[in-house]
Amino acid sequence: MTARRRGGPPSPSLGALELFGSDAPPPPKVEARSASRAARAVPPPPPRDARDLREAPRRAVYVEEAIPGATPGSAVSVMALTATARDVLEGAFTPLWVRGEVSDFKAHRNGHWYFCLRGEDAQLKCVAWSRERRIPAPPDDGMQVVALGRLTVYPARGEMQFSVTRMEAEGDGLWRKALELTRARLQADGLLDTARKRALPRYPRRVAVITSRDGAALRDIYAVVQRRCPSVEVVLVPAAVQGDSAPESLCFALDQVARWGDADLVIIGRGGGAREDLWAFNDERVARALANCPIPTISAVGHEIDMSICDLVADLRAPTPSAAAEAAVPVQSELSERLRMSASTLSALASERVASARTSAADRARDIAGGAARRVDRCRLQLESSAGRLNALSPLATLDRGYAIVRTGEGRTVRSIGALQPGTQVEVVVRDGTAAATVERAVPNDQSARPRAAVTGTES
Amino acid sequence: MTFEASMERLEAIAARLEDDELDLDTALALFEEGIAELRAASAFLTRAETRLKQLNEAADGMFRIDDLRE
Repeated sequence: MTARRRGGPPSPSLGALELFGSDAPPPPKVEARSASRAARAVPPPPPRDARDLREAPRRAVYVEEAIPGATPGSAVSVMALTATARDVLEGAFTPLWVRGEVSDFKAHRNGHWYFCLRGEDAQLKCVAWSRERRIPAPPDDGMQVVALGRLTVYPARGEMQFSVTRMEAEGDGLWRKALELTRARLQADGLLDTARKRALPRYPRRVAVITSRDGAALRDIYAVVQRRCPSVEVVLVPAAVQGDSAPESLCFALDQVARWGDADLVIIGRGGGAREDLWAFNDERVARALANCPIPTISAVGHEIDMSICDLVADLRAPTPSAAAEAAVPVQSELSERLRMSASTLSALASERVASARTSAADRARDIAGGAARRVDRCRLQLESSAGRLNALSPLATLDRGYAIVRTGEGRTVRSIGALQPGTQVEVVVRDGTAAATVERAVPNDQSARPRAAVTGTES
Repeated sequence: MTFEASMERLEAIAARLEDDELDLDTALALFEEGIAELRAASAFLTRAETRLKQLNEAADGMFRIDDLRE
């Protein structure tokens, strides 16, 4: 927040500045803590006033000897002096913004940064402790910056030192640099490839929203979903979206969405704010967690002009939370229309199928009927030819050649003389008629040269 | 079954119904299935108010979604 507030640094304590310009300095105005430390290092001078010193020289010598550093005898240690100087400096200045050009920048292995801020004819040694600084990226030498810090003394070197906690470069240089560094690392890992972008579900049933519970983003998204497609459920996965805990909180929410596994889509974002407030969405950890999200993602961070690392990693970048919701859910009336179309297509196709089935059934019936008729004709022909053959083989045909058949009264054809006893009634069948007859005499072959039976009878 | 799955199934059913080689029994079975999908999808669209929920994770890692008051 204060990073945006460039309207002049807080003014240092005027009382402390007067201290250095005054002939008869009052005891330095220091904070309670520093004051007690100062008291330990250098005992406070006894009360005195100028008139006493002028009018009673003997007594003044006594007093001066009691003042630390006032005489060789009361010389103070280097440590005591530098510690006092530090306490005086720290007490004199509240943290303030300083403008200058960065030079001699060194990032030490231990994580601390050391550099100089230069003005026209002056320089200020600076340190930015790794745990204290809130600076997006290390500055480059030559960068014009403003740095927020606290003026102190580093007793070990006897140097005045500016302990920097925040820094802004002209034209948002540091933010851009930090973005570029993160972006390059993600790119190297292929996380920004467009081939990784997944299509959003066309008809999500449930949309997870990772944002702050109280922010405008949730309200905006809810309003758009309610207007476009009230059937879709909006599930808030609450997370801090600004502040030091935001990156971790956002990562945790993404992990929850992944483990829960019951949303079709996730929107991650927040409404607009200062550059610093949006910074969590440029955090590399958040970007990587977003890239690992098993369901399609939409990022919606801030306003249209704000571009975040999350925007680059997400499957879709929406300029605002409302736009994210628009992209996420279809318009319900269009869905209803689609469904109506689908229903009519379905019934049209089905009735078409039934109609064509009916036609083909009729065709088949005709085929079958036609086939049957042909088959009957074929049978008839076969029958006739069989009949002809049958006729040719019929024993009746032999009668034409002059043979006769003798049958008993029961109609059995006589094959043996044994069936013919004198007096047996028989029928004699010839070519053109039948005669009834009675056997007069029967002679088997072994008793006569020619087997025969004599019959008498009348033609019928 | 989600709305999306229903819509996809409906489209697949329509595509199969366009196939003339399809036997009638299968076609009718598909049609019935299509009607069921249509009903399911329509039911999804009847909701008039968006539900706003909040995801809550219990200590045992189980997730619950509770109503969130606007």
